Amino acid sequence: MVDSIEFDLIICGSGLAGLRAAIAAAKKGPHLKIGIVSKLQVMRSHSVSAEGGTAAVIQEDAGDTIESHVYDTVKGSDFLADQDVAERLCVEMPQEIHQLDHWGMPWSRKEDGRIDQRNFGGYSFPRATYASDKVGFFEMQTLYDTCQKHENIEYLNEWFATSIVHDGKKFMGLTAIELGSGTFYTIKGKALIIATGGAGRLYSFSTYALSSTPDGLDMGLRAGMALKDMEFVQFHPTGILPSGILITEGARGEGGYLLNNKGERFMKTYAAGKMELAPRDIVSRSIMTEIQEGRGFKHETGVDCMKLDLRHLGDEKIKEKLGGIREISIKFSGIDPAEELLDIRPVCHYMMGGLHTDIDGATEIQGVWAAGEVACNSVHGSNRLGANSTSECIVWGKITGELAAEYAMNNTTADQWPHHLVAAEEKRIYDGIFRGNGDANPYEIRQALTDVMNEKAYVYRNETDLVAGLKKIRELKAQTWKHVDDKAKEYNTNFSNVMELDSMFRVAEIVLIGAINRKESRGAHARTDYTKRDDTNFLHHTLAYYDPNEPIMKTHPVTITKYQPVERKY
Amino acid sequence: MAQVSDVADNQPPQTKTLRIARFNPEKDNEKQFVEFSVPVEKWTTVLETILDVKQHHDHSVAVRYSCRQATCGSCGMIINGKPRLACFTKVSELDSDVVTVEPMNNFPIIRDLAVKFERLFDTHHKIKPYLDREDTELESDAKEFLQSPEELEKYIQFANCIKCGLCNSACPTMATDSSFVGPQALAQAYRYVADSRDKGKDSRLKIIDDSHGIWRCHFAGSCSQVCPKGVDPAMGIQLLRGYMLGFRS
Repeated sequence: MVDSIEFDLIICGSGLAGLRAAIAAAKKGPHLKIGIVSKLQVMRSHSVSAEGGTAAVIQEDAGDTIESHVYDTVKGSDFLADQDVAERLCVEMPQEIHQLDHWGMPWSRKEDGRIDQRNFGGYSFPRATYASDKVGFFEMQTLYDTCQKHENIEYLNEWFATSIVHDGKKFMGLTAIELGSGTFYTIKGKALIIATGGAGRLYSFSTYALSSTPDGLDMGLRAGMALKDMEFVQFHPTGILPSGILITEGARGEGGYLLNNKGERFMKTYAAGKMELAPRDIVSRSIMTEIQEGRGFKHETGVDCMKLDLRHLGDEKIKEKLGGIREISIKFSGIDPAEELLDIRPVCHYMMGGLHTDIDGATEIQGVWAAGEVACNSVHGSNRLGANSTSECIVWGKITGELAAEYAMNNTTADQWPHHLVAAEEKRIYDGIFRGNGDANPYEIRQALTDVMNEKAYVYRNETDLVAGLKKIRELKAQTWKHVDDKAKEYNTNFSNVMELDSMFRVAEIVLIGAINRKESRGAHARTDYTKRDDTNFLHHTLAYYDPNEPIMKTHPVTITKYQPVERKY
Repeated sequence: MAQVSDVADNQPPQTKTLRIARFNPEKDNEKQFVEFSVPVEKWTTVLETILDVKQHHDHSVAVRYSCRQATCGSCGMIINGKPRLACFTKVSELDSDVVTVEPMNNFPIIRDLAVKFERLFDTHHKIKPYLDREDTELESDAKEFLQSPEELEKYIQFANCIKCGLCNSACPTMATDSSFVGPQALAQAYRYVADSRDKGKDSRLKIIDDSHGIWRCHFAGSCSQVCPKGVDPAMGIQLLRGYMLGFRS
């Protein structure tokens, strides 16, 4: 018999969306038994690394408007955002800033004690709410600490979820491995919220935590849900060399310059109106164009890069508002930004795509919601604006937490438990992976996979590269990497690492196929062989469904309410 | 405009010895050190050397890690005798040809470098780490509670805690009193007591006013020395005692 535990509501993932959902659900249903399942200890999710800000309209007295936030988001998305969803984000967000404050968030303040905001890319008003340059970290702390007030929230620290159990239509539970003991469990539940974050470790040069692999995306995909718009991967303009750690957009929001090897602020050529604070897709393309045209630098590791200059901001401002990135620059790159220029390069930072949901975060399986980066409710379209992702996590954490709690209060657990599905999952992971054989080193295969993505599906893309990339990924997939050399039960991260790699193959393929199919340039997807946006043929979302041979690709309409697509200029 | 050199001056990697303490309480009687030779460049971190071993020499090394930028708090361990974050310790700064990594002290070992955190999470929970006010205020639709930059400054240092456990690992009192609440939780008690938005000072002070609470600390100060985020738990504890003895209001 497989060990089994039970909750009313299961939240898989413990970043901002998961923790915000837990609090919303605990408030809605004080008697619900809520379990947060995380492959990490729950306060350690990648959300802690968000740096610069959380976008919200809280200064209407100073001229900001919800409509302006909506339009900036839609324009930033290159008109692929579902406009009703973008509006929901902007309408819901202001109260969340104040709610976080009531829960203890150490927002940076103005002299009069009100919450301060800073400039961020692509906005018509400085509406990135910040707490020094550790916004995600402090938000995580605030939410985790607030969770401590709710005795009906349990923490399943270091449980690796492997599959969603359902009857073809309705949610029944999860299967998971408790890493500490190595025990395989079924976790029965009435409702599930998937909040497992993005999968930026598909790329070798990445701002993401080493744990940000597509396990959650893949779990949904294997359960029959569509992945939507996976070809849109955000490359943040300023990943520091050599580590790829993020240098916040707030550095430019506070006045930092990007310089080429002529000493010019080259953004004047590409976005004279916004300069360094153009949206991320545009700044990243500009950097790569400068490099390709010979105006870049070589980092001492041999990698091409550009320079970020913060020196003119002065010691005091850097210390007060950008203390975190100063610490990172000194420690990991040996450079103090108050004295020297930083070596930066576009770096994988966010996935606009994810599990296909509606405006409420509901997925295609009854009783399952998805929130945060793992979800694609199409709020960001083909390019997300900075500071809108922490906002998204908080807003849809709350929405899905309340809806899933309500659902759990009005439904019962399944009476017929599908033992055969659990047995099949046990066979997939234990016979297929844990007891597998082979010569290929799964860690070297993972490195190769992420190198391919970096080389073939980066800022600028073309048919030849993408097709070659897909071929290479499939060759790697065919090698004998599905084995676990560590045979111990306890804390076997070799096992979870190989399961992570297994999920990476399925999701990497979908990124590449989506990118091959989309023969246009829109937002973060820039094709050198199809340089224009093509609203006639491609103003639609991409859907990908699981099939053992090859993903089944479909399209889905974009919701346009007020704003007809126009040419995007800054 | 300062001149920027684009000349590559990369040095070839050196080789260092990494000694990893291996131990699985389910199988082994005692800790054993296993040595590996690892390549090291000027920015190589201790975590990178451990992962190099895990990826290329021995997949079974058990180690907890995630963000690799000193923010998630996963990779605390004893490095050359001192509690540190592996991702935030460059091999070059150790100034030694041998790097020895062991699990943190005062935490039960799960396996190798991975330790159990239940005690830390429980004590953190116990000190009520949240603003204590009427629910009608905390859950209202009102705008923010006003807080001046000066008021923020009073507690922000303590809010930098990443719950990595290094302070508890360094604390000599944690080693001798298994009921001691510990520097991590006490620093967080101070963080909320010092927050101008909080009204729960009395109830929080009551929780730690115990022989295994605030009075158990005898100011060795090692907690503050090892914190990778500049938190000063020893000072927090002193300030809390000030409140309790009526020196502060």
